[in-house]
Amino acid sequence: MSTQSFRRLPWNRARSAHTGDPDLALLERLRSGDEDAFMSLVALHHDAMLRLAATFVHSHAVAEEVVQETWVGVLRGIERFEGRSSLKTWLLAILCNRARSAGTREARSVADDDIVATVDASRFDAAGAWSQPPVPWTEEVEERIGAAALRSEILAALAQMPERQRAVVMLRDVDGLRSDEVCEVLELTPANERVLLHRGRSRLRQALEDVIGVAGA
Amino acid sequence: MSLLTPRPIACREVVEMLTGYLEGALSRRDHRRIEHHLAHCPHCTAYLSQLRETLRLTGSLVSEDLSPEMQREFGEIYRRWQDDR
Repeated sequence: MSTQSFRRLPWNRARSAHTGDPDLALLERLRSGDEDAFMSLVALHHDAMLRLAATFVHSHAVAEEVVQETWVGVLRGIERFEGRSSLKTWLLAILCNRARSAGTREARSVADDDIVATVDASRFDAAGAWSQPPVPWTEEVEERIGAAALRSEILAALAQMPERQRAVVMLRDVDGLRSDEVCEVLELTPANERVLLHRGRSRLRQALEDVIGVAGA
Repeated sequence: MSLLTPRPIACREVVEMLTGYLEGALSRRDHRRIEHHLAHCPHCTAYLSQLRETLRLTGSLVSEDLSPEMQREFGEIYRRWQDDR
């Protein structure tokens, strides 16, 4: 294929008509039968979809199947997308429906929600003030610990979270959905979403404190 | 108590409210109580900056590229859809 046929031209044209949401430009191209647009959309959202699917089902292979089934469903229903929510929210909501039924097929119990305190109660005195306050560690953490080590700590902490907590943290803090979009995708009330987010973030902070606090001491 | 001085709040309560604080989900009164507490408590301020740093690091997890095998499978999904159209 000639590199001159460059496919960026239609992309740029489409994008200029939809400044703000490149997904919509890609969607338009997909509807008109552009395979590159499909592959771009898949690549853009694959990680988020796979991570979310993995909170519902045991195996990586089943999670990949769920993602593929979701795209089959999306392609079949492509004309039904009306743009009331973002394309990403729509995709993830479809994925959740499929993942839930796949999760049921796998007979996974959705054991959830630890009730761990945000900070261990022993770190406060009787009046509720810090008796073992946090030791500051936020300066230049990447330089001291290394980006790869931090990444693997975060992934390990995510992997240990109860499923719904992990799903909320990933959608909100890794994938950057708004809170109302997270509620829509996971069918949660705003209050529940915030409780799960709070517990998840607290665990992540504690995990980082455990590794960085020690290494930085 | 003056209207301008929020009711004091303990550190243990503050850490439980910081997600609501960061998400802009607190009532105005609770928001003010947290700000007032933070202005006087270096420990909770340190905790909040750790929480913010945690969010920054979590948000910078890098996506992995699609494997060639997955690309092929998605290509097939697309072509089957085109054939059925």
